[in-house]
Amino acid sequence: MKKLVQFTLNGKPVKLDTEADQSLLWFLRDDLELTGTKYGCGAGVCGACTVLVDGTAQRACLLDVQSIANRKVTTIEGLAEGDKLHPVQQAFVENDALQCGYCTPGMILSAVSLLAENPNASEADIIDGLDDNLCRCGAHKRIVKAVRSVALDSKA
Amino acid sequence: MNKDDTKKEMKSSPGFNRRSFLKSVGGGVVVLFTTAPSFSLAEESHAVSAAGADSFNAYLRIGDDGRVTCFTGKIEMGQGIVTSLPQMLADELDVAVEMIDMVMGDTDRCPFDRGTWGSLTTRVFGPELRAAGAQARGILLGLASEKLEVPINRLEVRDGVVFDRSSQSRQITYAALTKGQAIASDMKSPAPVKSASQYKVMGKPLARLDAIEKVTGKAVFTADIRLPGMLIARLLRPTAHGATLNGLDTSAAEAIDGVRVVQDGDLVAVLHEKRHVADRALLVLKPDYSVPKSTLTEDNIHEHLMSMAPAGVPITNGGDLDEGERLAADVIEHTYQDAYVAHAPMEPHVALASWEDGKMTVWASTQSPFGLKSQLVSELGLPEDKVRVMTPFVGGGFGGKGSSPQGVQAARLSRITGRPVQVFWTREDEFFWDQYQPASIIKIRSGLTRAGKPAFWDYRVYFAGARGSEQHYDIPHHRTVAHSRGWNAPPGSHPFATGAWRGPGASSNVFAREQHIDIMAAKAGIDPLEFRLQNCSDPKYIGVLKAAADRFGWKPAAGPSGRGVGVACGIDADTVVASMAEVEVDPKSGQIGVKRVVCAQDMGQVVNPAGATLQMEGCIAMGMGYALTEEQRFRGGEILDLNFHSYGLPLFSTQPHIETILIDSADPEPHGGGEPAIINMGAVIANAVFDATGIRLFELPMTPKRVKEALLNRV
Repeated sequence: MKKLVQFTLNGKPVKLDTEADQSLLWFLRDDLELTGTKYGCGAGVCGACTVLVDGTAQRACLLDVQSIANRKVTTIEGLAEGDKLHPVQQAFVENDALQCGYCTPGMILSAVSLLAENPNASEADIIDGLDDNLCRCGAHKRIVKAVRSVALDSKA
Repeated sequence: MNKDDTKKEMKSSPGFNRRSFLKSVGGGVVVLFTTAPSFSLAEESHAVSAAGADSFNAYLRIGDDGRVTCFTGKIEMGQGIVTSLPQMLADELDVAVEMIDMVMGDTDRCPFDRGTWGSLTTRVFGPELRAAGAQARGILLGLASEKLEVPINRLEVRDGVVFDRSSQSRQITYAALTKGQAIASDMKSPAPVKSASQYKVMGKPLARLDAIEKVTGKAVFTADIRLPGMLIARLLRPTAHGATLNGLDTSAAEAIDGVRVVQDGDLVAVLHEKRHVADRALLVLKPDYSVPKSTLTEDNIHEHLMSMAPAGVPITNGGDLDEGERLAADVIEHTYQDAYVAHAPMEPHVALASWEDGKMTVWASTQSPFGLKSQLVSELGLPEDKVRVMTPFVGGGFGGKGSSPQGVQAARLSRITGRPVQVFWTREDEFFWDQYQPASIIKIRSGLTRAGKPAFWDYRVYFAGARGSEQHYDIPHHRTVAHSRGWNAPPGSHPFATGAWRGPGASSNVFAREQHIDIMAAKAGIDPLEFRLQNCSDPKYIGVLKAAADRFGWKPAAGPSGRGVGVACGIDADTVVASMAEVEVDPKSGQIGVKRVVCAQDMGQVVNPAGATLQMEGCIAMGMGYALTEEQRFRGGEILDLNFHSYGLPLFSTQPHIETILIDSADPEPHGGGEPAIINMGAVIANAVFDATGIRLFELPMTPKRVKEALLNRV
């Protein structure tokens, strides 16, 4: 059933006639061609599809398009300002915090949400906060280090 | 370079034409080279075989913009060769890393390659790529010598600029030299490569060149490609392996607007332009399956496997086992078991196929684009030159994407529907159709002399394969026998498909061997590190064991010391690796907490220490899974763990503190780095658990249930 849905996507207003009961994940990937949001499990247990809704990390595979009406959605494509990477993105690059890169967008957005809530997150806070995001390549150590470096910078 | 040579037709992989390649890349200097297929390890006899012994293996081109393009059939799946291969070329060609573009895994543009596995890229492909770089540099120096009228031995190159050492203003760029040229050279008489002292880029850490793309969401994976008119396919998954489809009611699915149902032999798919509609259509398909009866489960599988075991093949032999038995004062005999472990890459298998004007183009997440191509050729009955496979970034492989059935599925569906078709396995599909690390059994019988020296070693491995089965200790009388080579097993052995899992078989073998050695050390009342050093004379093992011990702060004590520390060592992909771990065991929950892992690795020449370190860390982090939590459960052919709710991948919260050491090796050859550090993880944790508690865990994974049982049975 098509329905008019309005929301803000990566800072820009969007008004679209779309099947409002489809998941936000496939809507972003297939309708809007924002393919940085990844499918990993379809059940909200891996975190690869994490996006920010009003600044908070959410699993796009568990949300339907309707539920984001009038809200602000940020995907990985909307995080950098032009060529200027977001500090968390920059920290991932500097700390080699990725391998295959498939979990990376969801991991970064989860970290951004975590730091927004807790700018001075300790190592333990980060481990706890990212524990529902899966990485199969085993970049965990680097990811924690990268996120922690942003937390430390925010203190300075 | 001899111009006649360039005109000679080289033999190439079928469907590949050297002249058309030169035409397609435009001008410049091009180097072709071949790789003998003999590099493949016997253990890695993938179903997909090489197309021919004389295939070329990679090319390099320097264009008239001075940029270098490296064409390789290898693919990037996170292991970092998109960075380390350019490092090699940068040094051999004296250009900046940023000037190098990689074209990977495209069967129309890249020459034949069997596949990206076995930690082979750096150790086998690497030296050849470097030689090609040296060859191209030699050609360019020859051209520069003519242009500048300066003898070659006075020329030097810096950042792609050739200059006269005695008069630096006499210079010319690679770009200017290649302008208007169309020179092809093969590698019949390769130019010498640089020595380690001349490296400027190799051997130094370099951050990943794909990092920016990957943190911004711009990196293109197969599922990210869109074609006009594309249909999304969802596949009907049987309820169990071995199930027969007796009937299928498609009426409800076909009643949905725009849905197409395709039944082509065993392939049943619903297709729609929208994923969510295809999802819905799949739910209303009504299949009628009959499932063969089976009583097999993860609990009785090892017994079943032993009843199916093929005859043994001797791997190594030495001395006389009867004599060894006579020398032994103590005989120690144990059986070790491993489970079915999933690859579970974060990106499931995915492919996009487009059938147009009699040509099949397939983008696929695969570790073997040429393997997929030959599968397409045979299964679809297409000529070689009408099939092209391209490989964007691959979201993890770990051996699980050596076979790419989703590529064939997409191609069949595209030919039937006449539309581009994306087949993107769900997580449940991925767990169902994965080719699992096989469950396995290892039986070891060994003896100790009265003086506490190993007297004999009798080792039999069932279903894990021979990789990692050989022991490296000075044991006078020994025999190693493998019942099955690799992961292939007689039909009826495994209830579902098995395949190569990162360091295939080695983790199972090392778990058994290094625990058994530890048991012998404890029996002899000798510190387990000391026991290993006393009974091993290989300098590489001694080097890594000592390096790990130094960093770890190993203090000798016979086990169990109550401290919870353990050691294990092994070899994989010619790289020798030693690991030490510190654990805590909670007797109430049975939970093993791994606090710290130190790993030292001698991999010979290290091209990119940063990348090699990432691979070691990844191996350790991933190895936590098969050691502690990962095991597929099943009822006959029915797979029980179909998503991450119940299949336990390693988590942030279960990760140890990881320290890695790359040995400054005396060995100038590069060896494998993608797999070695994973092989010790089961053994080193098991040995540390013994040191903490006195219990031995003979079965992987070492779950809380197994720990509690062993604690209860503790004598």
